[in-house]
Amino acid sequence: MKNILLLIFLLVVFFTKSSFALIEIDITRGNLNPLPVAVSPLYVESKSSEALKELKVGSEISKIIETNLLRSGLFNPLEEDSFVQKPDIAHLKPRFEDWKLIKAQALITGKINIDDDKLRVEFRLWDVLAAKEMMALAFTTVPNNWRRIAHIITDKVYQRLTGEEGYFDTRIIYVSEKGPKNQRIKKLAIMDQDGANTKYLTLGNELVLTPRFNPTNQMVTYMSYFRNLPRVYLLDIETGVQEVVGEFPGMTFAPRFSPDGKKIIMSFAKDGNSDIFTMNLETRVVEKITEHPAIDTSPSYSPDGKYICFNSDRSGFQQIYKMRSDGSDVKRITFGQGIYGTPVWSPRGDLIAFTKMYKGRFYIGVMRTDGSGERLLTENYYQEAPSWSPNGRVLIFYRETKSGSQGEGFSATLWSIDLTGYNERLIETLTDASDPSWSSLLSK
Amino acid sequence: MNRSIFLSVIFHIIVISLTAISFPYMIKKPIDLPPIISIELIQISDITNIPYAPKAKKILEKIKKEKERVVSEQAPPKIVKKEKPDAIPLPKDAKKKKKIKTKKQNPKKIESEIKQVSEFEKKELFDPDQIAALIDKSKVETAETMRKSDKLTQSQDKNFVTLGLTLSEEDALKAQIFGCWSIPLGLPYNENLLVRIKLKLKTDGTVIKSEILDHVRMNTPGQGFYKVLAESALRAIRLCQPLRVPTTGYDRWKDLQLNFDANEMLKG
Repeated sequence: MKNILLLIFLLVVFFTKSSFALIEIDITRGNLNPLPVAVSPLYVESKSSEALKELKVGSEISKIIETNLLRSGLFNPLEEDSFVQKPDIAHLKPRFEDWKLIKAQALITGKINIDDDKLRVEFRLWDVLAAKEMMALAFTTVPNNWRRIAHIITDKVYQRLTGEEGYFDTRIIYVSEKGPKNQRIKKLAIMDQDGANTKYLTLGNELVLTPRFNPTNQMVTYMSYFRNLPRVYLLDIETGVQEVVGEFPGMTFAPRFSPDGKKIIMSFAKDGNSDIFTMNLETRVVEKITEHPAIDTSPSYSPDGKYICFNSDRSGFQQIYKMRSDGSDVKRITFGQGIYGTPVWSPRGDLIAFTKMYKGRFYIGVMRTDGSGERLLTENYYQEAPSWSPNGRVLIFYRETKSGSQGEGFSATLWSIDLTGYNERLIETLTDASDPSWSSLLSK
Repeated sequence: MNRSIFLSVIFHIIVISLTAISFPYMIKKPIDLPPIISIELIQISDITNIPYAPKAKKILEKIKKEKERVVSEQAPPKIVKKEKPDAIPLPKDAKKKKKIKTKKQNPKKIESEIKQVSEFEKKELFDPDQIAALIDKSKVETAETMRKSDKLTQSQDKNFVTLGLTLSEEDALKAQIFGCWSIPLGLPYNENLLVRIKLKLKTDGTVIKSEILDHVRMNTPGQGFYKVLAESALRAIRLCQPLRVPTTGYDRWKDLQLNFDANEMLKG
């Protein structure tokens, strides 16, 4: 009996040991190279007279998807000349071996048709290496909306392949500038995130400053000087309805929405001292948040609404501080050399973007919310006002060039940079541009 | 009394049998493991399979040629001339003699280093004619040992089964997969970003079967990112295959588990 038990025990021990013999290898690194993607042009089913028009729209949509993916820095759209399969066949059943040959790892195919003045776009995303479909969706809209369809498709592809929300079906509001440097005409303008569809929202009679999107809807708050008095406005972009939130004496700075969109936070000077205030948009009650003889400006809420970051010169130099949303527990979080300003909390809640001035140069950087891990992403003669994309991955800001004594050679342009710091891109605008603010996703 | 002992024994047998059968690994096909051979001394160079040093190879070949030449010419007196017992040792000579002494100690060292192989292997490894080649050439010696040991695949392979892949083999495989794995950058890095994939490989490194071990997480609410991560890991494996696996010892790496961990990379 003992022998049997011993045998069983030994067998158990032996098999247990066998199961541990599997070799395990830890893969803790990968590459950050852009993923090669093939965007096959959307094909048109019918061959009617409308087909040519549809075909053009189809190829335009494909181009926009390609451009969006390329600009994200995470994808490498392959040249259409290298494609080895016709779009219509590829949409039904791609020959994965052929797509592998051109090193594509993902493939986007689709078709388009217009029926009864309704545009229908269908697309599929394929995993070339796994030889399987990853996603298939169809959208129906009015034909004029074809650009948005392209952006929505890019968002879906981006989300499926990176695991985070896209930021392509979004808009950017900014201050459009024209004329000589000392006599600039400034208008409020809005455009798609890729620079298309620019529209002007004000006439340029009054100076406009610091437009900011409401994170929950398509409402904008901005500052404008009416008869030399600073006013804070609310503008509904969908309806065009505009209202004055209030007139504030002295210098007023950078109104910004709270995460729930129910409050505006800003700084203005009262009795010669600039402090941070909030205004409830329903009750219009103004509440003082900071009470300090120093200049406190540029407040920005954390996405959960529990904290506020702002800049203040209470230490002697302008630095970034953090406090609870009721104004308590104020802590300085930047201790680096130079001057820090315009802090903006990321929509993901993990980082704070800022502008830094050091030795006469301007930097856009990010740091953790406790001030650690400062990373300067870009440096230039003059640049500031970073604004986050809704997924917290890209920053938009504006940059000015050095001008001569008469203002010649001056320009203001919009730029974007992602968190890696390598993907910096100019955003083309019809005029000079400054003070950009990124909207939330339109299709959310 | 006897009846109760008998019943107790029966009961114990039933319980033990049930326990044994219910263990999941009992129904799994056991991995064919060769018996373990004890190792007295292991040098890191042996484990890591440092590639056969080309410089050492050249030296050994040169010595081999010299040895052949010496044998054919039959000219050993050269050595005798150097060690005249009645010669008065000059300071330089004394130094030389000292050197010779140390040279004589070397074979002992070599003997200790090759203890890891069996007696059968020792005979092949220990070649008195190559003592000269081993003197003051530690690298050469290591390389030669490795070259020799490469020939002895049976017993040494058995040793490797318990050791897993050597560091250099593992590094080669890691380096290959690092290059193929495009990490999705949008992953929430405060989450557990570990994907464990079990692979069954062919002898040439082609993947026969891949299995995500935590596949339940793929469809868990709030874990949508895991699917993206797992897919990226699978893409890396497909892109990389055939994997750079060792040319020998298929049994030890035919089943591999790759643990893709994006946390380190994304947290920076």
